[in-house]
Amino acid sequence: MDTQEKQYFLDNPRNVKRLLYAFYTVCALSVGAEFFVKRYVEHPWEALPGFYPIYGFFSIIILVMLSLVLRKLVMRKETYYDG
Amino acid sequence: MGSWAPFLIFFLGGGLVAVTRGMLRTYIMLAIPIIGAANLYWLGNGVLLSLPLFDYTLEIVKVDRLSILFGYLFHLAAFISIIYSLHVRDNMQAVSAILYAGSALGAVFAGDMITLFVFWELLALTSVFLILARRTKQSFDSSMRYLIIQVGSGVILLAGVIIRAYDTGSIAFDQIGLDVFDYTSAKGLASWLIFIAFGIKCGFPFVHNWLTDSYPAATPTGTVFLSAFTTKVAVYALARSFPGTELLVYIGAVMTMFPIYYAVIENDLRRVLSYSMINQIGFMVVGIGIGTSLSINGAVSHAFNDVIFKGLLFMAMGAVLMRTGTAKGSDLGGLYKSMPWTMRFCLVGAASISAFPLFSGFVSKSMIMSAAIEEGYPIVWLALLFASAGVLEHAGIKIPYFAFFAHDSGKRPKEAPLNMLVAMGIAAAVCIFIGVYPWVLYSMLPFPVEYAPYTLPHVLTQMQLLLFASLAVVTLMLLKVYPPELPSVNIDAEWIYRKALPAIAAWFVSLGARFRSGALARGQRWLERTFNQIYRHHGPQGIFARTWPTGSAAFWTTIMLAGYLLFYFSGSIQKLFVGF
Repeated sequence: MDTQEKQYFLDNPRNVKRLLYAFYTVCALSVGAEFFVKRYVEHPWEALPGFYPIYGFFSIIILVMLSLVLRKLVMRKETYYDG
Repeated sequence: MGSWAPFLIFFLGGGLVAVTRGMLRTYIMLAIPIIGAANLYWLGNGVLLSLPLFDYTLEIVKVDRLSILFGYLFHLAAFISIIYSLHVRDNMQAVSAILYAGSALGAVFAGDMITLFVFWELLALTSVFLILARRTKQSFDSSMRYLIIQVGSGVILLAGVIIRAYDTGSIAFDQIGLDVFDYTSAKGLASWLIFIAFGIKCGFPFVHNWLTDSYPAATPTGTVFLSAFTTKVAVYALARSFPGTELLVYIGAVMTMFPIYYAVIENDLRRVLSYSMINQIGFMVVGIGIGTSLSINGAVSHAFNDVIFKGLLFMAMGAVLMRTGTAKGSDLGGLYKSMPWTMRFCLVGAASISAFPLFSGFVSKSMIMSAAIEEGYPIVWLALLFASAGVLEHAGIKIPYFAFFAHDSGKRPKEAPLNMLVAMGIAAAVCIFIGVYPWVLYSMLPFPVEYAPYTLPHVLTQMQLLLFASLAVVTLMLLKVYPPELPSVNIDAEWIYRKALPAIAAWFVSLGARFRSGALARGQRWLERTFNQIYRHHGPQGIFARTWPTGSAAFWTTIMLAGYLLFYFSGSIQKLFVGF
């Protein structure tokens, strides 16, 4: 394991893959758990199955896509305010 | 044993720090917040120190549940930040940081608006040195903009206070509420001026850029102090004077929404945290605007938690900045290899701000969300939910990912110094402690708490939201759509005063220059002749002015006035220093 250069845990692509698979599994479990937990609902949309996972997922997709548009509009060189 | 005005311990301590060096100075710095906290413990309730001023009574120290909570919070924040900055051999920073913390304490224990105004301005004056201390041209420019905006906020506050005193005869720092502004009689103007003054320090939209401008420009340790006090004093002031103001619900919702877009594309990680700060204050502002006991509790407890976890994140990025010389995402990556402890503490801060169960953000933010839906703001609730996912994206994932993981930058800096690690460790421990035992914090809130954060459905839905938001980030990164970190600046509202106004001013100057050579020069010659005439007759040697210059008279008048004031207030001043 320890040769000349120290190998860190995340230097091995296989470890990264493993972490990602573990992460996907937890995501799937959290959706599965919905069928076993009795939910109280404060808002009708909350009652929709998978409301929170779907809302969380698409919030980020929309957020990042709009940010890319924003970047086109507002991004300038680092020296923009210097001159 | 009497107790003292809380700010006085910091002001006297700051004076001692200024004249001491070495280990003695270190002990004094550490002792200040500890003695201060003990003093707070013995502090009674109600108005403890007042001072007559003409027809009004200044309530210098007034204690109730709301102010004492912020008092403890500021002592804790000062204690952690002082430990974090112990290695700094710069007296200017040390003294100004302690005076700054003292000013924040003065503001939260102020019982009247004039006392508040004094500490409001002191907050600006004492903290600007934390930005200046970076000693670069960029930080100098930034600190001047900071000072103008902060002092300007104080001037607006004073105008509001004076008009309000004239209208109502009251200078009490208490419930004010927004009045309808009537254009014909200017009625209601005072409440709006005070509201705007609070809003500027709070980072309301369009007046938020002082924060994103100055916090990344300050020293690594200075930003940690800055992040704790100014905006939280403003949140406190709003909670005291404008609870239940519906406009705040919408202002707060906007504050949670727009910074998260900027945070995605911003390269300077300390600026990402500054945008993140506006986003978190947005949650508090919504809570204050809703105005129920649940939402106010939520806002206040979230302010408490935010000081600690945002401070922790700023400390982690400060350590990175100190060790590598940069806090830019485009230049960082792979630091977990040589700064593992900083990385771990950063992850605790990231989990707390993202509101993972068992971390502090979870037990406070959810109160505001619940109140939003209970009081019939479903759209605002959806916005807050969206913003919560956004927080996870930029503060929960982006900050630690681009600093400590991502592509390896090849940088192998030393781990942060011990005092920094200790400070981060304490902050991380507080984040987890409050997340696991929220009742300790709950018992200190202004209203009794009936809220239970740890129900199975709540934990599950929150985990689903966070996990799938993370999944979206992972997906976008694997698809290589996620925006990379690029060296850049992003135009924001500050463009108006950093580009547009200077350009307009420059145009007027050039216009003036064109005139100067012509008509202006003739006018100038005429003016000079006239003034010479006047001076000959009315000047100090002139026939109309055979008296002494007024300078010395003014000096003696000042001395007399000062003596009179000392005599007049001697009772109160004695009380201030001897205790009450």
